[in-house]
Amino acid sequence: MQDSQVINLQQITKSYDMGGVEQVNALRGVSVGISKNEYVAIMGPSGSGKSTLMNIIGCLDTPTSGLYEFNGINVSEMNDNELAKVRNKEIGFVFQTFNLLARSDALHNVELPLIYAGVHSTERKRLAMEALEHVGLGDRVHHKPNELSGGQRQRVAVARALVNKPSILLADEPTGNLDSKTGDEIMVLFGDLHKLGNTIILVTHEEYIAEHAHRIIRVRDGEVASDEAVTKRPALA
Amino acid sequence: MFFLQELKEGMLIAFQAIRANKMRSVLTTLGIIIGIVAVTVMATAIDGLDKAFEKSAKAFGTDILYVQKFPWVSNEDWSLIRNRPDIKPQYVDVIERQAKLSAAAAPVVARRTTVKNGTFLFEDAIVTGTTHSYNEASGNTNIDGRFFTAEESDRARLVCVIGATVGEKLFPTGDPVGQTILIAGAPYQVLGVYEKQGGLWGRFTSDNRVFIPFDAFQSRFGSRRWVTINVKVADIGEMENAKLELEGIMRKVRRIEPGKANNFNINAQEILTQTFGRFTMVVGAIGLVITGLSLIVGGIGIMNIMFVSVTERTKEIGIRKAIGARKRTILMQFLIEAAALCLIGGMIGLSISFILVQVVSNVFELEASMPAIVVFIAIVVSLVVGVISGFLPAFRAAKMDPVEALRYE
Repeated sequence: MQDSQVINLQQITKSYDMGGVEQVNALRGVSVGISKNEYVAIMGPSGSGKSTLMNIIGCLDTPTSGLYEFNGINVSEMNDNELAKVRNKEIGFVFQTFNLLARSDALHNVELPLIYAGVHSTERKRLAMEALEHVGLGDRVHHKPNELSGGQRQRVAVARALVNKPSILLADEPTGNLDSKTGDEIMVLFGDLHKLGNTIILVTHEEYIAEHAHRIIRVRDGEVASDEAVTKRPALA
Repeated sequence: MFFLQELKEGMLIAFQAIRANKMRSVLTTLGIIIGIVAVTVMATAIDGLDKAFEKSAKAFGTDILYVQKFPWVSNEDWSLIRNRPDIKPQYVDVIERQAKLSAAAAPVVARRTTVKNGTFLFEDAIVTGTTHSYNEASGNTNIDGRFFTAEESDRARLVCVIGATVGEKLFPTGDPVGQTILIAGAPYQVLGVYEKQGGLWGRFTSDNRVFIPFDAFQSRFGSRRWVTINVKVADIGEMENAKLELEGIMRKVRRIEPGKANNFNINAQEILTQTFGRFTMVVGAIGLVITGLSLIVGGIGIMNIMFVSVTERTKEIGIRKAIGARKRTILMQFLIEAAALCLIGGMIGLSISFILVQVVSNVFELEASMPAIVVFIAIVVSLVVGVISGFLPAFRAAKMDPVEALRYE
């Protein structure tokens, strides 16, 4: 185990009670380590436990058993408020459906994590502006989500995910709601972010998208089926 | 600092949400508006009643005792006291001679009749027969002109002192002093006019009265059964002793054996203020319960709509939680929204009551105004209702599971 490991999952299980004695084991002992500045794709068909794994990595959910260390800190037994703090400071989420607040403009959406982190108003505005400029939306800051294209919305979401300078960027099917051209643009952006030193975890079921990553972890029936480096990556403009 | 930022964000979200659902917000706050209008109008009415009563009670004078056949306020069986002997005007001489703690005593009799000055009529005048001592032995004081003298009183001269309302009605333009008015057909010279007193139920004030010498009254209207003896206490600090002394004198005059009950009453303003105080307290308590009910109904409306709001925004709650909102933050966000809804309702309610009070006081010529404390209480109450009725929905929002909330469509 190295010091640079951001995520260290040891024998993680997750089971759900389906009423009565019936139990669904979504994860059956997953052990994965992800280091700093890795670009990892998690793949798997629906029902494989891929989403559950993502929720646990994203600290949205806690494992039934096993150890989860995030930056060397045990998060598997944290309470809701402690987990909220980890999500706020350490994890940047990018969702398939963008998940922006419809009534707020781009700037306010990006400011949101900073508000919950208690960053002062002027500093907050500055950081949010910076993040939006970084994703190429410096001229769209006061547009509401419904005034932006799908690609632009996803860029706002990426800006929001990055504004708190998190340890990992956790993207769940980030191109799922985009046409292939816009999807490619987002993947280029992810590639650039990785080059800048960000750790990226990509959850997808599309081989083509997963191949942008440097390592693919395949999940099947709640277990890691394979975990290997990517040799041939698609060329992007 | 941290808290303030969250508060600011909470308020921003609340107003966005309220703006986004204008119609729904207005309908929801209607309950609170009605509740607040009820509370404030009620409180203003009670306050106005209190003030008006206080004014009227002043006319009785705090240092005047009233020797009368019956008590002003009583729980006694009417059959036990109905056969009491009449109060006689002759007692006044005994009281004046024997009561060392009293400064003045005057007999008072009255009847309602019409008084005239040429074509000007005042139909509801209370013609009051009394002696020169009355001016001292009453709560009335300021006279434009003078009261009648002992000589005028003893000789039953046809002179009078009139109340402010009588003066206005009979002499709409000129000064009544020195003029002559007709009381039951006989001419009386006006010596003075009392200052306007106002207050509740004009009957307790001098405003609609015409004072004439006691004997003049007796010879014109015949002797009356209802005589009151007004007794002015010399030192207001000795009120209780003066009352006891007066009681002793009356018992002696009436030859009541020790141990037997009085067959007269000594009334004082205090009795009225106490009774009225109890009355307003009861009215206030009933009013509070009724208006409180309407606020509870309003609060339930707020709670209901907040549940709808929370369910509608499940996804938003999930997003906020994923981004790092804590339970407390979400709880506060929805509490603020509920409180803001109620506060808006409270403000609208206050404005409506304010206008209502103005209109009512103009139409009925009352001096009613909304006390500052009522405004303050209304605002606090609407905030409290908001927080209480917002709590359950806000709590449900706060404890949502982020995974499930994010999945909600």
